[in-house]
Amino acid sequence: MTLLLATLHQILQMLLVLTLAPLLTGWVRLVKARLVGRRGPSVLQPYRDLLRLLRKEVVLARNASWLFRSVPYMMFTAIWLAAGLVPVFTTQLALAPTADLIALIALLGSARFFLALAGMDTGTSFGGIGSSREMMIAALAEPAMLMIVFSVAILVRSTSLAEIADFMMSGAVGLRISLALALIALVMVAIAENARIPIDNPATHLELTMVHEAMVLEYSGRHLALVEAASMLKLLLYMALIACVFAPWGMATAGSGVAAALGGMVVFVAKLAVGGTLLALFETSIAKMRVFRVGEFLGGALLLSLLGAIFLYVSRGV
Amino acid sequence: MSDLGYDAAHMLGAVVLLMSFALLYQRRLFSLLNVFTMQALALTATAAWQAYSHGEPHLYITALLTLVLKAILIPVALHRIVVKMKIHRTIEPALGIGLTMVAGVSLVTLSILLVLPVTADATALTRENLALSLSVVLLGLLMMISRRNAVSQVVGFMSIENGLILAAVGVAGMPLVVEMSVAFSVMVAFIIFGIFLFHIRERFDTLDMQKIESFRGESD
Repeated sequence: MTLLLATLHQILQMLLVLTLAPLLTGWVRLVKARLVGRRGPSVLQPYRDLLRLLRKEVVLARNASWLFRSVPYMMFTAIWLAAGLVPVFTTQLALAPTADLIALIALLGSARFFLALAGMDTGTSFGGIGSSREMMIAALAEPAMLMIVFSVAILVRSTSLAEIADFMMSGAVGLRISLALALIALVMVAIAENARIPIDNPATHLELTMVHEAMVLEYSGRHLALVEAASMLKLLLYMALIACVFAPWGMATAGSGVAAALGGMVVFVAKLAVGGTLLALFETSIAKMRVFRVGEFLGGALLLSLLGAIFLYVSRGV
Repeated sequence: MSDLGYDAAHMLGAVVLLMSFALLYQRRLFSLLNVFTMQALALTATAAWQAYSHGEPHLYITALLTLVLKAILIPVALHRIVVKMKIHRTIEPALGIGLTMVAGVSLVTLSILLVLPVTADATALTRENLALSLSVVLLGLLMMISRRNAVSQVVGFMSIENGLILAAVGVAGMPLVVEMSVAFSVMVAFIIFGIFLFHIRERFDTLDMQKIESFRGESD
């Protein structure tokens, strides 16, 4: 019975993240538009964009290899699976025993690896620039992410996301320097990974400094739809991850009924709305950084997460 | 297990330390002054919280002193100096920002390693507070040596003093007289710095310390 329920939860969660991801992107765009005084498109616009792209034909470069064609599917699957691993409305998920933070990072890393390969596959200079910059960002963001995982894992004594969420909800841990530092570092990493403003501009196709958009410049039709959907899912995934580790309240736990799971979903949507608003506020209040300063930004994230891990040894309760 | 008194003191101390790192990261003079103000505000909150949670009313005076001197008077005065002297608003660090941050983290590690064996039988709060304040002091020193501009060196000096106050409010039983005298000596130091800056400026037409070194015959 428990297993059945857990499987049901898992399927529900996979569908929930997939349906909510474009809505979140639409919400962030709408809030940003309102903040700069435009009316902005409806929150449903990303769904329409994806549908339109799915119906369009695919235009392939003559020298594109099988890799170029298969990458959107691999990337989308990896990120969708990763988004399914993060507990969003309940910790009782069928995949919870495998939902390990390190596995999550590996999934995201492989998605990024394939996208960078695809960026170079067609041999255009833009794709190459995008890929090399993406790798530069990744080389700094991934160690920072791992350090964050280590500090949380030392504190909780587990890398399983469901256990971390349960532990945080139990109130056994109060305010901690290490957690605060890890939160700041995680937000910085999330901004870099999702190509948001101080690092990259998500709304441009015509800039020499773009990173993510430069890699996907050659994609069209359903391939582009998948790549876009994957990046929307990634944004949702990072918000869900931050919510799951640092603000898991409202999530259904072991032994609670259907009502708790439904309540968890409502709370999750509210968390996403708050997160999206904060992101839009942050993005409108800051200017884009030069590419060469990205290293400093992410180096800062790495050092903060390192400090968090160091402080675990002076603090009480470890 | 978690009690609010410990948690809040712990977080506020961490904010002060974090602001020290933010000081090292800044590239513009005005944002440097803003971050310095925020550090002073965090310090005020720490002192006020310690006064409230330990029931030591004299710490309220420390908080008030910090608020008035560090968070209002000194930033405003430095701001006016920068505007008045038309100082170039970007900071050219003598050391790269990334390298400075690495040095900063190593200094924090060093101070933790130093404090841990010394305070083996102290409470967690005291131990942590000492580690935090020693780190703030060392980061202030780092700030002074890694910046060429005289104004950012002054800010570095002031943040050293923030670290001392952080240590003073954390350790129970520090007499008020000591805190008062530290606060006022810093105020005096600040006034001297101000006069000094004007004189350097008048004499050498710059506040860049590297250019001034040639007048001492150090680099020819």
